[in-house]
Amino acid sequence: MTDITKEALSPPRSFLSQDAIQLFYRLLAVFLICAVLAVLNDSFLSLGNILNVLRQASLTFFIASGLTLVVLTAGLDLSVGANVALSACVAGTVIHTTGSPTLGILTGLACGGIVGLLNGIMVTALRIPSFIATYGMLWVLNGLTYWYMAGETLHGFPAGFRQIGSGYLFGLPIPVYLLLVFLGIGTLFAQRTIWGQEIYAIGANPVAARLSGIPVTRRLLLVYAVSGTMAGLASIIFLSRLNSAEADIGESLTLPAIAAVLIGGTSLFGGVGTVFGTFIGALILTLVLNGMNLLSVSANWQPLVTGIIVILAVWLDMKTRRRT
Amino acid sequence: MREAAVVSQPNPLQRIPGVAIVLGTLIVLFGAIAPGFLTPANLSNVLVQSTILTMLALPMTLIIMTEGLDLSMGAVLTLTSLCVAIVSLATQSMLLGLGAGVLVGAAFGIVNGWLVAILGIPPFVATLGTLGMAQGLSLIVSDGQSVVGIPHSVRDIYSATLLGIPVPVVIALVTYVAFHGLLYHTRFGSYVFALGGNREALRYAGLSPNKLLIAVYAIGGTMAGIAGLLMTARMNSGHPTAGLGLEFDAIAAVAVGGTSFERGNGWLLGTLLGVIAVGVLRNGLNLISLPSSVQVASVGVLVIVALFLDGLRSRT
Repeated sequence: MTDITKEALSPPRSFLSQDAIQLFYRLLAVFLICAVLAVLNDSFLSLGNILNVLRQASLTFFIASGLTLVVLTAGLDLSVGANVALSACVAGTVIHTTGSPTLGILTGLACGGIVGLLNGIMVTALRIPSFIATYGMLWVLNGLTYWYMAGETLHGFPAGFRQIGSGYLFGLPIPVYLLLVFLGIGTLFAQRTIWGQEIYAIGANPVAARLSGIPVTRRLLLVYAVSGTMAGLASIIFLSRLNSAEADIGESLTLPAIAAVLIGGTSLFGGVGTVFGTFIGALILTLVLNGMNLLSVSANWQPLVTGIIVILAVWLDMKTRRRT
Repeated sequence: MREAAVVSQPNPLQRIPGVAIVLGTLIVLFGAIAPGFLTPANLSNVLVQSTILTMLALPMTLIIMTEGLDLSMGAVLTLTSLCVAIVSLATQSMLLGLGAGVLVGAAFGIVNGWLVAILGIPPFVATLGTLGMAQGLSLIVSDGQSVVGIPHSVRDIYSATLLGIPVPVVIALVTYVAFHGLLYHTRFGSYVFALGGNREALRYAGLSPNKLLIAVYAIGGTMAGIAGLLMTARMNSGHPTAGLGLEFDAIAAVAVGGTSFERGNGWLLGTLLGVIAVGVLRNGLNLISLPSSVQVASVGVLVIVALFLDGLRSRT
């Protein structure tokens, strides 16, 4: 932890750093999984399936990219899945009542962002440990969403709106373009802006960060708000792809998002990791789940496998970085 | 070692107000606005319904005292409840069902403890991982379906009475007494205090903090196994989402009960009152016809408020 100034001031991640080696291993893993699946199943390498994997990975990535920033500050946001559900239901209602997809999208983003900001306030002003504050938020949001929806399902959205999640542009699904955009923005923000570097510094050593004049509270609020807004964005994609909203759509989203962040090499102890790593993490997780699907393993196995992957990822990270 | 325990025990007078005020307020509030809340039948109902939560919240108190957390408890309870249902259905024996539940629960507890103590994975992530695993196994063993046709011997546990007291309440009381004895009157209890407050001292005393930590998590898993029997008996079936979110109610009870998340001290009686407070909150909201979704959100708010107050106290 003594290299805090180096961490904060040096140009981030030189290409021969340990991070580059870590990234190489992960790309190797992607390649190996692809090779194994291609051998085991003929339809894996079909264009349709590859596009499907990319689209699926992009959904996990949207949630996980915001979460990456939170984990970089040594925090955790367990409420992202429930946030997606609430934002999707609220956005869906707005589209239904006003008929305006734009208004719905803005509402979904705002709803996610406000929830994220509330998480940030609990962590900073009320000083509740992040994992327990956002866990409380998870159940508050769950309760609100179920109460609001009262067992109803919203469905049938304008065709133009549905294009966002299910449409194609030059042969690629639109979410994949969004993925590239947010991958670029996220990477630039984290690696090439002062604010991004301050977020790394806060995660590496909060006390040193405070003493060196970084406005820790404001940066933490920002990070949780971004995580919430990205959950809001994911909710829009879900809404437009499923063409329906139900109270329970977020329940199976949190664990994969956390898994993607951790597989991607972002350390739970803060200060280490990249948004690009999270993209690779989302890709690895999606490939594994897609492979299970292709090999006709029941979907019932997915939580078990995701749980094991989460633990393995943390353990490998701790082992390779020699942290305790 | 005995001295250590006495020193680290919180002063009950300092703590009683918090949880007692919450419980008192809730009882007065629902007594005023919820029809039928203050009837003996309803109050006894609250106690019976709080028993499963008691079985989880007591070990959760010990785990939180070690500055840990067990997010997998609800999912493990679901799994053990299914094991009880499946095994007792196959063998027509309540005891074999209970044995299977306890074995599976203890195994999960040991895995949790091993991940936290030996691998050093932060508890909230380790148990989030095992939450997924237990949830997945529940879906796999049940194929997503309810297990029905449970033998009478299992069912009767929830409805029977002993000297006029419902058997689940008797089980919960015995468990409370056992935990009280374990925490305040045994060496193991003082070690648990030391796990949260001063692990170095344990090492200097020639003890293995890792083994003790695994034992604490194993107790949690074992209790989830016993609670699984009560859950199966209560629902008269095994269901793959039976325990969903119960760990949160347990954490709520511990937080409201005044056990600190940061300073390694716990108060079992506070947890017991916290369990009853959560039970009263859910029951009262139910009586004024608010759906379970509102109950869930209220428990969430209760936890956040309790933790906020805990943080305030630790700063002053």
